[in-house]
Amino acid sequence: MHPLLKLVIQRLALGFLLLLVVSAVIFLGVEALPGDTAQAILGQSATPQALANLREQMGLNDPPLTRYFDWLGGVMTGDLGKSLTNGADIAQAIGQRLGNTLFLAACAAVISVPLALILGLIAARYAGKWPDKVISAITLTTISLPEFVAAYFVIYLLTQVIPLFQPVAMVFPGMSFGAKLHAVALPVIVLVMVVLAHMMRMTRAAILNVMQSAYIETAELKGVRPMQIIWRHAFPNAIAPIVSVVVLNLAYLVVGVVVVEVVFGYNALGQFLVDHVTKRDLPVVQAVGLVFAGVYIMLNILADVIAIFANPRLRHPK
Amino acid sequence: MAEPLLDVRNLKIGATVYPPGEPPEDITIVHGVSFTLEKGKVLGLIGESGAGKSTIGLSSMAFGRGGVRITGGEVFVNGRDILKLDHGGLRKLRGDEVTYVAQSAAASFNPAKTLMEQVIETCLLHGLCDRAEAEKRAVTFFRKLGLPNPETFGNRYPHQVSGGQLQRAMTAMALCPKPDLVVFDEPTTALDVTTQIDVLAAIKEAIRDTGVAALYITHDLAVVAQVADHIMVLRHGKKVEYGTTKQIIEDPHEDYTKALVSVRSIEHEEKRPTPAPVLKIENVTARYRGTNFDVLKNISVDLHPGQTLAVVGESGSGKSTLARVITGLLPPSAGRITFAGRELSREQTARKRDDLRELQMIYQMADVAMNPRHTVGTIIGRPLEFYFGLKGDAKKKRIQELLDEIEMGKGFIDRYPAELSGGQKQRVCIARALAAKPKMIICDEVTSALDPLVADGILKLLLNLQKIEHVAYLFITHDLATVKAIADSIAVMYRGQVVRYGSKSDVLAPPFDDYTDLLLSSVPEMRLGWLEEVIAHRKMESAGN
Amino acid sequence: MKLTLSATIGICLTALFVLSAIFAPWIAPYPLDLAVGGVWEDPSSQYWLGTDTIGRDILSRLIYGGQITIFVALASSLLAFSLGAFFGFLAAVKGGWTDQILSRIVDMMMAIPSLIVALVILSVLPLNLTVLIFVMGILDSTRVFRLARAVAMDIAVMDYVEAAKLRGEGQGWVIFREILPNALSPLVAEFGLRFIFAVLFISTLSFLGLGIQPPLADWGGMVKENKDGLIYGKAAALMPAAAIAALAISVNLVADWVLGRTTSLKGGRGG
Repeated sequence: MHPLLKLVIQRLALGFLLLLVVSAVIFLGVEALPGDTAQAILGQSATPQALANLREQMGLNDPPLTRYFDWLGGVMTGDLGKSLTNGADIAQAIGQRLGNTLFLAACAAVISVPLALILGLIAARYAGKWPDKVISAITLTTISLPEFVAAYFVIYLLTQVIPLFQPVAMVFPGMSFGAKLHAVALPVIVLVMVVLAHMMRMTRAAILNVMQSAYIETAELKGVRPMQIIWRHAFPNAIAPIVSVVVLNLAYLVVGVVVVEVVFGYNALGQFLVDHVTKRDLPVVQAVGLVFAGVYIMLNILADVIAIFANPRLRHPK
Repeated sequence: MAEPLLDVRNLKIGATVYPPGEPPEDITIVHGVSFTLEKGKVLGLIGESGAGKSTIGLSSMAFGRGGVRITGGEVFVNGRDILKLDHGGLRKLRGDEVTYVAQSAAASFNPAKTLMEQVIETCLLHGLCDRAEAEKRAVTFFRKLGLPNPETFGNRYPHQVSGGQLQRAMTAMALCPKPDLVVFDEPTTALDVTTQIDVLAAIKEAIRDTGVAALYITHDLAVVAQVADHIMVLRHGKKVEYGTTKQIIEDPHEDYTKALVSVRSIEHEEKRPTPAPVLKIENVTARYRGTNFDVLKNISVDLHPGQTLAVVGESGSGKSTLARVITGLLPPSAGRITFAGRELSREQTARKRDDLRELQMIYQMADVAMNPRHTVGTIIGRPLEFYFGLKGDAKKKRIQELLDEIEMGKGFIDRYPAELSGGQKQRVCIARALAAKPKMIICDEVTSALDPLVADGILKLLLNLQKIEHVAYLFITHDLATVKAIADSIAVMYRGQVVRYGSKSDVLAPPFDDYTDLLLSSVPEMRLGWLEEVIAHRKMESAGN
Repeated sequence: MKLTLSATIGICLTALFVLSAIFAPWIAPYPLDLAVGGVWEDPSSQYWLGTDTIGRDILSRLIYGGQITIFVALASSLLAFSLGAFFGFLAAVKGGWTDQILSRIVDMMMAIPSLIVALVILSVLPLNLTVLIFVMGILDSTRVFRLARAVAMDIAVMDYVEAAKLRGEGQGWVIFREILPNALSPLVAEFGLRFIFAVLFISTLSFLGLGIQPPLADWGGMVKENKDGLIYGKAAALMPAAAIAALAISVNLVADWVLGRTTSLKGGRGG
């Protein structure tokens, strides 16, 4: 077998294993924490008899491992159980909201990735000069802001000082694509702000790192033009680090999305999660947590696989 | 007289250094150096580290590395001052007229592109010829430089070929645009001695056949004597002496040049073996954990009290692994080691404190062998405290005695390693080893990172201390000149085995085994015509077979 | 090395925040939880930063809120730091199985974003200061672990550490005299970054309603209380938001300076 294929398969298998372990932690780890699901549903005033009945009914008296495998089996077949608070089907609820979350994240990614790469290139090209310093100062500031702080500054600026947008972002089925875009403009701006800084700083570092290699000096001494040096010699070697930067930050979007959705009252998975944490609705929290963790892990695997393909030593073994 | 190809007049080069915690500082690296180079000639630039030889070499391409800039003087190539060229002019100069071969070809090739693409890049980008012609040229040079399968060699990626081959490929890359001048910057320094001779011969032949002029930069006078027509000796950014190769080697005028020529001429009389060796290694075999390959195979050697056993070999021969096995850092899988009459535990952690004390070690890189956060006093004082319980004034007195022994005197106790020169650092490491009053010291390439004259000083010190303290040395090195200077007995290692072992006079006298013959004959000798002799001799032998 | 301008600003601002947190009861003009004016009054000579959603003085609440925010962040970053540094050094020095087990556990913890893990855990545990400090501290210790392990590994392969081992030195000397002095500067800078992270983390949790609970007030919670005012053009929510940003930026400036000052491992008393 081609060693490349072997590495990729290894990486995929490892990712799958990790997902399995994470699912076990989300289920069993949470079960092991002090706290009683039945009590959480019925409240402090519940009678012991009612508690016992509910435990029996929910299968809470089975050993944790049995319940974990029941749950895992459900997850595999798309059955995530029912919400404790309103009895709604969790899989269905997630399905409705996942699309909205992905739409928001995708809009942010489409804007921030090219912008970060361009700004990163500019900062690297003029390292130590004023364009670099300006970009660095701005990104240092935005890195220091939590998402919700950035969000409220943006809201104040763009709804009050310059009234361009609505401070809430509502999307619903049947909305035109353009209307949707307008609705998510503010949350997207906030997400871009937060992710851009990280991504741009890391892109700059990756390119500067490659530009310090001896083979860049060789190219200079061969009389190659600066743009050709970047394009022919730096770029092919910077692909792997840049891709991992991009994907890492897309994974970072996953977290940003949760907070931003709450700020803008955007009806999607992040807000759904926070709502049910507040309500202590454990099955929902576990299911949504698993979805977020799954997306995060898959993005990381993707980064690793691309890095494997970008490595000439692995593509052309001895 | 015809116009010289390269005419450097009163060249001054400066740089800005950024010492941590202090304001940046402007320093001068080259102080007004002048020289000329005729078409088709080879000039050797020689000097120790910090002499400014690479910086001068790169100035012929109007290039300053990492904050280095040319602050004065003129550099004429083919009659025009290249320091006045604009960016476009510089790009034409670099690649068309002057090309460069770096010390580390492995780092200088782009890992993501094939060798062929990189070799012909200048020709194509500068429009010197079309792709077919460029590839034909490259293959011709691959063949001339003795690369395997010249037709297909260019299809490989840099990581797929060996270090010696990469160095030749880089030479081909430099020659491909048919430049007037090639700057060779220590092209064989990173190679093993048996590889170096082949690359050196290939470079010399290529220079002769193409009629290109060259600046050949190296710290090794014996190497440059084989390829250069003229030699310029540099020190601290100033010209010390300039002359024909013959004059510099056979009749140097300046003291500094004389010292460089006569380096490693230490005379050391061989001592006879004693009945009771201090270290006896019997049938030792070892492998690293998780591998299925023996890095040491059935090694047996003895070291006698107050004597020196030199372990010679090239990279990968297992000589440093032997040191790890003796110190117990890598427990052997078979065999026994007897030290001062008692068998040593295989594991370092299981050894008695006296065994640890009497067996000391000195490392190649003195820089990383000393904790940068400890003072010289702490570094030398710790073994005194740890093994002998010395404290306060008694400790201080002993530290000073040791500093005197390594000829460093007062005022060093409170210094940090970063404040010492390379030679001083190695001396402090020697003092730390001596502080334990050892019976034996393992010296692992202790002079390899030092300039020749400094290394000479360290070797003399070691020999001197051996007489006073009666300590035995296990001296690991790849440098045969060092071996000749200090050894009483020699073990030659090759691929994990001792291929030749005995007293110095026996090992260095014929008849030789094949490997020892190759090794000994590959060490550059400081005389004209040595390279031709060896190459002719080898051709004759292989024809004879 | 001299203080740079940005480092001076950073140190002054950080000191200002810390001092006002320590002396909160003496310098706050009004009590924490007393409605003294109207709803969302504009800044005036009486209420320098205006009043909040139920008429409490924002400046006073900011000062008391800083106390809680800084205390929780400091406690959890100290916890993260001690746990991470201890296990990181242990993994680097011991190697083998110890390293394998610790590193795999950390890999797994880092395979899920901290906020998600925190949300899942906080859906079960009671919301009090101890729980918050422990959850944040343990989650964040993984980053310190990685750094401490990497730094210690780099140092552990140095010849001077091998020389100490060959001398027969015990693990105590190797860790505390050989490795620690050389690992200190990157770790100190890291502590600044962990502290910022903790400030942002606790603020975010409080903003989501899952951090510090009333009647205690912290900056993230204050943003939450006053966020609706923004729709009516009342900037009250921006005051605590600005405080979070200012604290994070000023600590960042100090950490940047420490890191830049000590990137070299050269000796010298000043270093």
